[in-house]
Amino acid sequence: MGEALALAISLVASGDADLAEIVALSLRVSLSATLLAAAIGLPLGALVAVGRFPGRGAVLVAMNALMGLPPVVVGLVVYLHLSRAGPLGFLGLLYTPWAMILAQTILIAPIVAALARQVIEDLHAEYRDQFRSLCLSRGQVIGALLWDARLSLMTVGLAGFGRAVAEVGAVMIVGGNIDHLTRVMTTAIALETSRGDLPLALALGIVLLVIALGVNAAVQTLHTRAARSGAHV
Amino acid sequence: MSDVATSAFTRRPRAEAQEAPATLLPFRAEGVALTLGGARVLDGVDLTLAPGGCTVLMGPNGAGKSLLLKLMHGLTAPDAGTLSWNGLGAQAATARQALVFQRPVLLRRSVKANLDFVLKARGGDRGRVAELLEHVGLADRARTPARRLSGGEQQRLALARALATDPEVLLLDEPTASLDPGATQAIERIVARAAAAGTRVIFVTHDVGQARRLAEDVVFLHRGRVVDHAPAARFFDAPGDPAARAYLDGRLVV
Amino acid sequence: MPNTFARTAAIAALLAGAASGALAQEDNGSILVQSTTSTANSGLYDYLLPLFEDETGITVNVVAVGTGQAIENARNCDGDVLLVHAKPAEEKFVEDGFGTERTDLMYNDFVIVGPEADPAGLDGMAVVEDALALLAERSATFASRGDDSGTHKKELSLWSEAGIDPAAGSGDWYRETGSGMGATLNAAIGMGAYTMTDRATWISFENKQDYEIFVEGDDALFNQYGVIPVSPEACPSVNAEGAQTFANWLLSAEGQTAIGDFVVDGQQLFFPNAPEDDTAS
Repeated sequence: MGEALALAISLVASGDADLAEIVALSLRVSLSATLLAAAIGLPLGALVAVGRFPGRGAVLVAMNALMGLPPVVVGLVVYLHLSRAGPLGFLGLLYTPWAMILAQTILIAPIVAALARQVIEDLHAEYRDQFRSLCLSRGQVIGALLWDARLSLMTVGLAGFGRAVAEVGAVMIVGGNIDHLTRVMTTAIALETSRGDLPLALALGIVLLVIALGVNAAVQTLHTRAARSGAHV
Repeated sequence: MSDVATSAFTRRPRAEAQEAPATLLPFRAEGVALTLGGARVLDGVDLTLAPGGCTVLMGPNGAGKSLLLKLMHGLTAPDAGTLSWNGLGAQAATARQALVFQRPVLLRRSVKANLDFVLKARGGDRGRVAELLEHVGLADRARTPARRLSGGEQQRLALARALATDPEVLLLDEPTASLDPGATQAIERIVARAAAAGTRVIFVTHDVGQARRLAEDVVFLHRGRVVDHAPAARFFDAPGDPAARAYLDGRLVV
Repeated sequence: MPNTFARTAAIAALLAGAASGALAQEDNGSILVQSTTSTANSGLYDYLLPLFEDETGITVNVVAVGTGQAIENARNCDGDVLLVHAKPAEEKFVEDGFGTERTDLMYNDFVIVGPEADPAGLDGMAVVEDALALLAERSATFASRGDDSGTHKKELSLWSEAGIDPAAGSGDWYRETGSGMGATLNAAIGMGAYTMTDRATWISFENKQDYEIFVEGDDALFNQYGVIPVSPEACPSVNAEGAQTFANWLLSAEGQTAIGDFVVDGQQLFFPNAPEDDTAS
């Protein structure tokens, strides 16, 4: 453990170019997936939170169940679609970062939607009478709720990002762990583990942890600043 | 009708549903009853309100004042009876009224943005923000986050938001219940000005002094029924119901 | 306050945009190799590919998976070249029309490793069949890949030749990890089991702890690697020219020399054995 920590520090301190490339790709892929998942999951969660429609119960159950999707299954399904032999093979996306973004988006969009649904439903309970008194349209209600819940929804986004950046099963299958092309932190850790270089694998794990901490700290700072200016009072 | 109670949205009233009357008044309630959680909270309310002025709804806690206000605003539907705004059903009249809640729900954005949101949503003139803020004395707080305002300021913003929709009827549910006298006075002034400008005001309060200052007529509710409805002078001089008399004397009424 | 938030959102959007810009990747001068893990994990490609790329300007991307999965991926046309080690499966791949031609590329051998204490008493055994028989007889814990990889296929054929059905001990002394070679070595070491590995992976494996080789040198442990360009007739999307260039280079005198020059800890991991007429080209 001590050896791994020392190795992690020296890797970062030496500005290892390969490590920087892998870290940058991890962040790009997982942040892009988080933004895409938010673009899909937030409106969907809000719609289910405020809407009353037939089959809503089934949608709720499905959303909550999909939160537990195994990454490997997502990877496999995306692989089968993006493979040259699959229906989307002509796009040539397999073994590119796009495939990884797609897989992670599918993986975390249900998480974002399900958690956002809960946040928005709670807020809507508080706002409902006021909004009905103002005769707002459904779109206006959803827009106002999403904006007013923005700080809680940032935490929802973080939960999604955390799952995306930590998963290995999906990106390994659809990215292929290709050096300088699709290798990210988690697949690099898996590779070093299979090479038996456990200290290096652990050191990379420590770097990944620090990155996750950094992203969380950045969002927390934003959170605090916004809260101080009254967004969450 | 539970559909109405739980429905997230009130669709804007459609013209074809009912011929829209030129004015919402007179208002008429007949045999309005509502049961919540097994309790009969409104038990046959009959009430007629004429155009103009400020009506104060009074009564002990649990008499059904706030619920009646919600029913009049179309937020809740009764189990029995009818509510009619000059022929228009309560739910079709919501958009022509505004309701100020006891604890206002302000959006998590600036004072100015709160007004701008409503003007934009309701297709109002967004250039009126400054004028409305001036009207309620919040011009210097335009950029303050709404939820950082004091209780009195929040309620004034809620009033400005209500007025932004140019309501024909302004409903207020104990808006000064938790405010100090200075803040209460500011609210009362704004309400009085609105009434003077021709907005029909219906004001729920349990503050007898406030009722005396504002009311032109008083509706007294007790145990889910209207037990007295009279011009203010007559009501305060000679309440027509023992419960109202006891209430005005400051005795406990259950 | 909304300004702060809007600015942050804009920065986030920019980031995503930058990401997408940087991700555009479709280079005519690149090929994808579906490869077995031993060649990748041992570092062979890190040594060979820069030489090839400098000379031809073709970028080589490698997906390292078990032989079974590599062949399956190539059958789905998700690769331009196949470099694996399971001759019968490779020949079937070509017969089925997915590969243009299979050529021997290089070899090394498999070894059986186990804990220093050698609970089954394999030390000094020269014949792999006898060693396996002893393992089965003593129910000594053995970790199998169990993943349809080249190594797994080889291991199964050795049990079969020894007349033993290890599946009878499955879950008991015979433990199928369903994982790659590295993961299986880690698992074997974790539970004190014997296992069979290719020598290249073993030499470059860094978590050996007290494990050592007990059985080696039997002709039956021979491990042949082959190279196959994926057929453009079966898979029109492949970079057939790039694939052929890569295969030719590996089989050329220069490629063969480079393979032989690759050493880890002073030991040669792969022994080139392309047919003479190919080395001439």
